[in-house]
Amino acid sequence: MSDAAIILEARDVQKRFGAVVAAQDINIKVGLGEKLSLIGANGAGKTTFMNIVTGYLKPDAGSIHFDGLDVTKLNPRQLTRRGVCRSFQIPQLYEPMTALENLLVAIGTSNQAFSLLRPARDAAVLDQGHALLKRFGLEGYAERKVSELPGGVRKLLDIAMALVRRPKVLLLDEPTSGVSVDEKFPLMETVMEALSEEEVTVIFVEHDMEIVTRYSDRVLAFYQGQVIADDDPGEVLADKAVQKYVTGTAKADAVEEEAGA
Amino acid sequence: MEFADILTILVDGVVYASWLFIVALGLTLIFGVLQILNLAHGSLYAVGAYAAASFTMLVPYFGLPPAFSLLAMLIAALAVALVLAPILERGLLRLFYGRDEVLILLVTYAVFLVLEDVTKLVWGVQPYYVFEPRNLFGNVEIGQLFYVGYDLMLIVLAAICGLAVWLGLNKTTTGKVVLAVIHNPDVSACMGVRVNWIYLLAFFVGVFLAALAGAYTAPLISVQPGISVNVIILSFAVVIIGGLGSIPGAAIGALVVGIARAAAVYEFPEAEIFIIYLVMAIVLVFRPEGLFQRTQARKI
Amino acid sequence: MHASTKRTCLAGLIAVILLVLAGFVFQHWQTWILFTATKAIGYGLVALGIITLMRGGLVSFGQGLVYCTGAYASGLMATRLGVTDAPVLLVVGMLASALLALIVSPLIARYRGIFFAMLTVALSMVLYGVLVKMNAIGGSDGFTLPEPTFLGWQPSVDYADLALYLLAAVVAVVASTATRLYYDSMAGLVALAVRENELRVEYLGSSVFKVTVRHFTIAGALGGLGGTLNGMALGHIDPLFSFWTTSGEFVFIAVLAGYISVSAVFLSAMILELVRSFSNLYFPETWQLILGGFLIVVIVFLPGGIGSFWERVKEGRAARAQAEQEEGAGS
Ligand SMILES: Nc1ncnc2c1ncn2[C@@H]1O[C@H](COP(=O)(O)OP(=O)(O)OP(=O)(O)O)[C@@H](O)[C@H]1O
Ligand SMILES: [Mg+2]
Repeated sequence: MSDAAIILEARDVQKRFGAVVAAQDINIKVGLGEKLSLIGANGAGKTTFMNIVTGYLKPDAGSIHFDGLDVTKLNPRQLTRRGVCRSFQIPQLYEPMTALENLLVAIGTSNQAFSLLRPARDAAVLDQGHALLKRFGLEGYAERKVSELPGGVRKLLDIAMALVRRPKVLLLDEPTSGVSVDEKFPLMETVMEALSEEEVTVIFVEHDMEIVTRYSDRVLAFYQGQVIADDDPGEVLADKAVQKYVTGTAKADAVEEEAGA
Repeated sequence: MEFADILTILVDGVVYASWLFIVALGLTLIFGVLQILNLAHGSLYAVGAYAAASFTMLVPYFGLPPAFSLLAMLIAALAVALVLAPILERGLLRLFYGRDEVLILLVTYAVFLVLEDVTKLVWGVQPYYVFEPRNLFGNVEIGQLFYVGYDLMLIVLAAICGLAVWLGLNKTTTGKVVLAVIHNPDVSACMGVRVNWIYLLAFFVGVFLAALAGAYTAPLISVQPGISVNVIILSFAVVIIGGLGSIPGAAIGALVVGIARAAAVYEFPEAEIFIIYLVMAIVLVFRPEGLFQRTQARKI
Repeated sequence: MHASTKRTCLAGLIAVILLVLAGFVFQHWQTWILFTATKAIGYGLVALGIITLMRGGLVSFGQGLVYCTGAYASGLMATRLGVTDAPVLLVVGMLASALLALIVSPLIARYRGIFFAMLTVALSMVLYGVLVKMNAIGGSDGFTLPEPTFLGWQPSVDYADLALYLLAAVVAVVASTATRLYYDSMAGLVALAVRENELRVEYLGSSVFKVTVRHFTIAGALGGLGGTLNGMALGHIDPLFSFWTTSGEFVFIAVLAGYISVSAVFLSAMILELVRSFSNLYFPETWQLILGGFLIVVIVFLPGGIGSFWERVKEGRAARAQAEQEEGAGS
């Protein structure tokens, strides 16, 4: 991969919370347009990595580079404006507002040729909001309060809000968590289809290995704050350490064998 | 400035800080456990002072020696807490748990308004003077200057209160339960803790401390309408400087406010209130959560 | 012009006409109402500022700061420089308070909840403490203001209350219309979003800090207008304008009104003033008791304020309409 094609890079990133190591020696280069998934057990440091990349947390050491610039010191707002956007493990929505209003806020803040003093329910803004809802198959929920919506819809809305700024890098923290098994694939289909119109690099955290295999070209496996494997899905899922620490698919004797060796 | 001046400022400041600490201790305890910033706290102080004025009058009436007025003041504070704490906490504040904290702030503001008029209705608007107990301890000489023994006794009282609350929280089983409730009321409730009782207990102790400070400062002041307002303004400065919910914070805050005020009264009497709030604003600019609290990033 | 903008401006126009008509009616019937209404408008303007802050998730318990600043700035202008023209004084008071708020807001913008509330109290009490000791401008007694004039016209004693009331009514309507337009704008919606989830607002690329500064400055301007107006209505100002119990009454009005409706603010200010006149007349010793009791009743029974009551009526109507529609579809 030539350096010119690298959109995001983490160099020697370290982060601790007291005694907990949440990130250690993280070195990652992400190419433009890659679909990258992050796997790892609970508490492995996947969300921490996203928090550091988006500027919510500052690393203890190391740096983050986006589009060739050191962005370690920037805050989430500045990074969002530069095109690093995210969704959250627990959707961050405006609970008492309707789904449409949530998107109107997103459109308003992205300030695409709309003056902030324009009425919020201006026809052009509304059109854009409805179009976005449609893209995610959420037309039916436009006037519903988001606090009353089912989990999958909330996840989609959270992602839709992150997309309003047409990000260059989109980070999705567990897009399918809290969604029933048979809805996971349709949800990912919807997301990937919505993204197909954009030239966007996607990094997503996922616990379901079938989804990882289907939707990512590359997988990073986290264990106790470290990246223990970084390759295409087939290779990573076949890795012994990954099987032992992440997916839990390693056979007991294989693990013992390794321990004995 | 002469050494004697500095000493005077220090002693005055510490005496002032000691009763302020007792008030602030109650305020910070109520905030720590119930997450309520009690705007009526100054009124509870005032009610304590009025009750002490009434109770100490009974001492000569029953022909008891003057030293009994110290006991009368304690009983007054206890009586105030026994009457008002259940009414306010069980009868009113309980209805608003879990609601917006600013809304609860407003409820306590309403309680402040009500108590203001109730004290006027009960005790009238003429001032009460409770001078006798102040002569009980004679005068004490420090560095060629004389101080009223009673004032210095207040410092001891403040130390006792602080220590008692600290030991009560950290060394008793009930205290541990209170700490558990502070940490997480919902989980504590699931573990079988009767959270309601803990709330009432903490509120009771908070009210008692406010009334106690009022009762024992009654001999230093003229007890009249308006004292509540001054006290609430001062004790807010104290807890905000120290950090809401922290006992050592309340102590440091009280000392800062007490000494700053004493210095201001001595050097620039015009600037008394101004200085206290200036100190508070400066602390907040550098330590947003007060001197004794750390901010944490929310997990997302 | 957008349809909703037109509607809001039209409502403002109608409100002005009604208020002016009401002014002439009361002038010949119950003149004391005019004085009470002017004061209520002054209070309502300050509370409108608190409501603006509330929409961004903050409550200021120290709006006495800007209320008092406006009153003193315009009052000193009148006594020291001899400017008695009411509209000019209003502009002066508004600008002085807005400027102070703009300077102060970066210092307090990172606080939330009770910390924000108490910090504003602290600031207002600093001003109180300073004014009480400034004997050059009257110390704790404050000072008396000259009778205002209106664009050069000096009304006779009989019409002084009416003239001030008419000016107040126009100011109130202009301020409410502008505020309503702001609430309904994109920026107003983003401000509501700040109230619900600051993290998401930042992650959408918008600045919570800027919204807070903007709101505190708007609230400052409104507070300055209210302070100037009430200074002129009372003819006298003193440091109690900045005392925390005064600020408490502003919060009371804001909570009674709720943050949804703009006109509800003036209604609730009027209710407060009427209750005050009533209790001054019949229970002069227990005004605070009544106010406190009233406040508790409001919080218990009308947590969203009067404004939410209207909203509920509207929602009820919408729900009924929907039910009818469904019924129609079913048959
Ligand atoms: N703000 C914080 N303060 C203290 N500890 C934290 C904080 N954020 C994360 N941690 C700790 O850091 C570790 C890594 O957490 P992180 O949220 O990154 O895990 P994760 O891989 O996203 O796990 P999950 O699958 O449960 O979401 C955990 O032990 C967590 O408790
Ligand atoms: Mg996570």
